[in-house]
Amino acid sequence: MIVTEALTKDFDATRAVENLSITVHAGEVFGLLGPNGAGKTTTIRMLAALIGPTSGTAVVAGCRVGKDDQQIRRSVGILTETPGMYEGLSAARNLVFYARMYEVADVEGQVEKYLRMLGLWERRYELVGTFSKGMRQKLAIARALLHEPKVLFLDEPTSGLDPQMARTVREFIQELRGEGRTIVLTTHNLDVADRLCDRIGVIRSRLLILDSPAALRQRLFGRTVVFHLGGPAEDHRAAVAGFDFIQSLDVVDNKLVLQLPDPEAQNPVVIRSLVEAGADIQFVGEVRRSLEDIYLQIMEMKA
Amino acid sequence: MDKVIALVGKEWSEVFRNKFVLFTVIFIPLLMTAIPLVMLRAITAGDGGDAFGLTEAVGQVAVLCEGLAAGECGQFIVISQFMPLFLMMPTIIPITIASYSIVGEKTTRTLEPLLATPITTAELLAGKGLAAAIPAVAATWIGFGIFVAGGLAMGLSRDLAARFFDPLWLTAIFVVGPLLALAGVSIAVMISSRTSDPRVAEQISGLFVLPIVGLIVAQTTGLIYLNRSLILWIALVMVVLDLALLYFATRLFQREHILTRWK
Repeated sequence: MIVTEALTKDFDATRAVENLSITVHAGEVFGLLGPNGAGKTTTIRMLAALIGPTSGTAVVAGCRVGKDDQQIRRSVGILTETPGMYEGLSAARNLVFYARMYEVADVEGQVEKYLRMLGLWERRYELVGTFSKGMRQKLAIARALLHEPKVLFLDEPTSGLDPQMARTVREFIQELRGEGRTIVLTTHNLDVADRLCDRIGVIRSRLLILDSPAALRQRLFGRTVVFHLGGPAEDHRAAVAGFDFIQSLDVVDNKLVLQLPDPEAQNPVVIRSLVEAGADIQFVGEVRRSLEDIYLQIMEMKA
Repeated sequence: MDKVIALVGKEWSEVFRNKFVLFTVIFIPLLMTAIPLVMLRAITAGDGGDAFGLTEAVGQVAVLCEGLAAGECGQFIVISQFMPLFLMMPTIIPITIASYSIVGEKTTRTLEPLLATPITTAELLAGKGLAAAIPAVAATWIGFGIFVAGGLAMGLSRDLAARFFDPLWLTAIFVVGPLLALAGVSIAVMISSRTSDPRVAEQISGLFVLPIVGLIVAQTTGLIYLNRSLILWIALVMVVLDLALLYFATRLFQREHILTRWK
């Protein structure tokens, strides 16, 4: 659905995006992560045909950026970094205006559909200037969907929202994913990216790494299993130290912390050995590395 | 065209909520229509209108007053002094509207979502331009209508009243007025691209009114008299100026430029 080849954008002497080559498949939720100024918004603006690339190519929904820009704008929806709604107009009036801009055939129908879907129907005649940030964000999402785009760009969809509103927005994005739309989102909220994205690309002007969150966990940290014992774990280190499949072994008080490539197959072996050595195993758990750990690890590695 | 109409409607809904814009669009035309009417009232209530001795003032006056009685000539000359006021209206009003409309979009960050829609740059400029120019031209024409009706109500002679429908006035009101409005919009677009405060944009763009103020001063002091050929020259100059201003405004009003350079 989206293919970029060596996509590059310069602003005078500053290279904002460098040689970005990514492919986003139809129906995929793709997260674009990176520090401030990494080029995330610039990338989205290029893919939404708002600005042109300095070099390289990008094809969005079968249309080439820089050549079929009008068609791209018809095919994509964008949630910009700030909602940017007209505060002196009502919610309904804002959406009616944008529906006409997007050449929507059934203006009233689409406006009603998305106002209801996002829980704003009852407040449709109220001025947007009186809305909370979360409501404006929901209205901006509705605006991005009015013309039923195949591709959706969401720039910081949960930025500045309280946890409850962030959850509502996140759940709505999950619904959209269920409809088979291709979604590219940028966010600093790594929990949101972890829950929503099939794959993530970390950029800092250029692409640093690209994979699914699970694969990145595996690649960067392996899988970590903690065995909680009834006594000092140091006494039982020798019982497991000989297994060559163990990638790393740490002892912390009563806990044995092992990094294992395939815990489903290797946990029973470890447990048997510990029991034979007289250890009381209270419980076993896997440590799930957060996407934040992964992100920070990538940033540290690439620094 | 639907997008342009939608944009014009949106602009009016937004911009006319601003009391200052509303004041400019309503009060300035009223004031500028009232001034010549008050003058007209003053001279028609006097000794027949030649109290200023204008018929003797300058040779050009004889040309302007051809076919009018001496008293009527005096009235016509005095009223003609205020013709440039009807040229100021279509200049000031669009500058105010366009400044608030464009800078307003910048400060509320509504331009990016708008530019992300399939609206073309030409449609966007046309929508913004028409939203600013139409009220200005309409206010000017309504003001002119009120002025003529007021004049007739004050008992102007048929010959003198007919002068307001001669090519001099018609060209000024119906040709030069819209051309000035267009120039005002283009200038406001250019200035607005460089400022983030609508009042600053309006004040800087407002300097464009100075040539018209100069016209009023030149005419009042007898340096020039607006006649048919002069107004045609002004119209011609405005056409050339509008084309040049539109070219520069369009160049500045490009999506990428707006998103990355407008601060």
